Amino acid sequence: MTQTPATPTPMSATPTDLQDERLLRPTGFGGTVGASIRRVRGGDLGSLPVVVGLVVIWAVFEVLNSAFLTPGNLSDLLVQSAATGVISVGIVLVLLLGQIDLSVGSVAGLASAILGVLLVQYHWPEWLIIPAVVLAGVVIGLVYGFLFVRFGVPSFVITLAGLLSVLGLQLFVLGPLGTINLGFTSFITEFSLLLFVPPWLTYVLAAIAAVGYGATAYLSASKRRNAGLSAPSLAWTLIKAAILLVFMVVGSAYLNTSVTGGIGDSFVLLVVLVVIMNYALTRTKWGRSVFAVGGNVEAARRAGIRVNRVYVSVFVLCSAFAAMGGLLLAGNLGSASPSTGTTDTNLNAIAAAVIGGTSLFGGRGSAYSALLGIVVIQSISNGLGLLSLDSSVRYMVTGVVLLLAVIVDSLSRRSRTAHGRA
Amino acid sequence: MTLVSDVSPDKHVVVDPVLTMRGINKGFGAVQALTDIDLDIYPGEVVALVGDNGAGKSTLVKILAGVHPPDSGTVTFNDKKVSIPSPAASRELGIATVFQDLALCDNLDVVSNLFLGREIGAFSLDEVEMESRSWELLRQLSAKIPSVRIAVASLSGGQRQTVAIARSLIGEPTVVILDEPTAALGVAQTAEVLNLIERLRERGLGVLLISHNLADVQAVADRCVVLRLGRNNGVFRVAEVSYEEIIAAITGATDNVVTRRAAATSANNEETSK
Repeated sequence: MTQTPATPTPMSATPTDLQDERLLRPTGFGGTVGASIRRVRGGDLGSLPVVVGLVVIWAVFEVLNSAFLTPGNLSDLLVQSAATGVISVGIVLVLLLGQIDLSVGSVAGLASAILGVLLVQYHWPEWLIIPAVVLAGVVIGLVYGFLFVRFGVPSFVITLAGLLSVLGLQLFVLGPLGTINLGFTSFITEFSLLLFVPPWLTYVLAAIAAVGYGATAYLSASKRRNAGLSAPSLAWTLIKAAILLVFMVVGSAYLNTSVTGGIGDSFVLLVVLVVIMNYALTRTKWGRSVFAVGGNVEAARRAGIRVNRVYVSVFVLCSAFAAMGGLLLAGNLGSASPSTGTTDTNLNAIAAAVIGGTSLFGGRGSAYSALLGIVVIQSISNGLGLLSLDSSVRYMVTGVVLLLAVIVDSLSRRSRTAHGRA
Repeated sequence: MTLVSDVSPDKHVVVDPVLTMRGINKGFGAVQALTDIDLDIYPGEVVALVGDNGAGKSTLVKILAGVHPPDSGTVTFNDKKVSIPSPAASRELGIATVFQDLALCDNLDVVSNLFLGREIGAFSLDEVEMESRSWELLRQLSAKIPSVRIAVASLSGGQRQTVAIARSLIGEPTVVILDEPTAALGVAQTAEVLNLIERLRERGLGVLLISHNLADVQAVADRCVVLRLGRNNGVFRVAEVSYEEIIAAITGATDNVVTRRAAATSANNEETSK
């Protein structure tokens, strides 16, 4: 291409990807902000609605009851989020494919029942129980995946059947015992309820995360520049890493001032799982194929993607996450009972993924939506609990928030179509 | 009726066809979609496959693309008899198919679509390398895509078609099949796609062009293969044939009682003259 760029940068030739004269070129800090505003206007909302929503919810509850934003309460809130959050990570995956799994609550319940029976009745060591329970989840996911790809039954129906059957299995495993108390000495109970990251470690982890983020961003930017492509400026990268560091250090410091709490191990587990799944979704071939199948199955198939394997892998992961969530759920309650995972676990996990910004229409979303969404739901439940309002109000408010999230999803979808970003 | 052997392109007298189909049959239930189809594709040549609706063009393409297996007949690719049981097998052979409905993922950006199913780096995608190669490829094709980091949904019809064709070239194919690449495109976009097709030919690729638009066929194709009701109905060198003759072959105007009688009479005359 010999055409001269319309506005040549003084430093060097225009990067390969910015040579087209029709492009609006964001330059410098203001340009980056402007580009973000345009993106949001175009319906590419990302995590913005849920972050705004979270701020509003926290502000309202703080006004209504000043105990809400105390370190102790926030610490509780995060620990309570972990179990359903882990389940929700799996839901994000199936939603990305444009499918649904309605049985995650039952699978979590079954996981807790297996845990209770193996631990209390058979005295298995816990290092063996955890993989065994996750394996049970994998098997359920394999069955779903097989039914889906072999017979083409809609996942809605398969997992609805699964909801009932697995609930039955949960009751069968618990048998006449009904409720099994795990006792507070078991590792799983301690991990999901009582263990907190020591304060010094929270700062180390925050530093590692910020430095890791900054370093990868810097390396990828310099690689892009070497390849003749545009890249965000070093200053912008540093600012983002610094904001991340300050946010995490201040947050940890605030939570660490709580006498009994801090940052729960189980919440750290949730964050780690979310980060891993985010990497898998955005940086691996598998993740790319998940988005492709969610966007256009036929296109993915014709591109040579083994679509069936993608479906099976996602159903397996979803049930495995549900089983892991079930372990945390049982740990939180200190027991495995016939009602574990039955009431609102299912719908909270699905609602969290949607509230967090993962589209119900498939092909659009992020692993982080599980984390953000569950914190929103748990904040509502926790805040209303502080106001001594019972579950009737909690269900109604959560329902309204879910409805709002779906409306935002639908509206942004319409706006994307109008702005050519569908 | 002209036979295949009569019109092998003279510039390829010594070159073997890269892809040969012989005696292909395919039925769907009571319908025999293809009967005894023969087809050759030579490297560096654009073959147009034309025919009315229901002539079997799409079925033939789907056999090559690995979507449907043929009931009988042989496919020879680079002098080897092959079977094409799946789209992946077709791609591995070096056949790239650009489908009529484009088969792009709207939610992914141009780079992701170009490299879909062929990403560089399975466990750590090399986005920089993929983006550089995308630009390189699009530039070779003189494609007018403003940015490769925007979702395919925001591109125009011609740009989407360009992306679809560019994608077929990522795997270094030897044969490219284009199913109605200019349908639903404007005048300028059609010209762009035709330019693209000529560039594919310059690269030495065998191109099979399915089109209803005979103007396009006459503009870029070297040979024209006509299907009618699932059978071969003539092969023409485009430079030597008139528009009307192709139309006649497509609609079957040549295949009626008058022409058959004429053919029979001339055959008899030849015999008696011997």
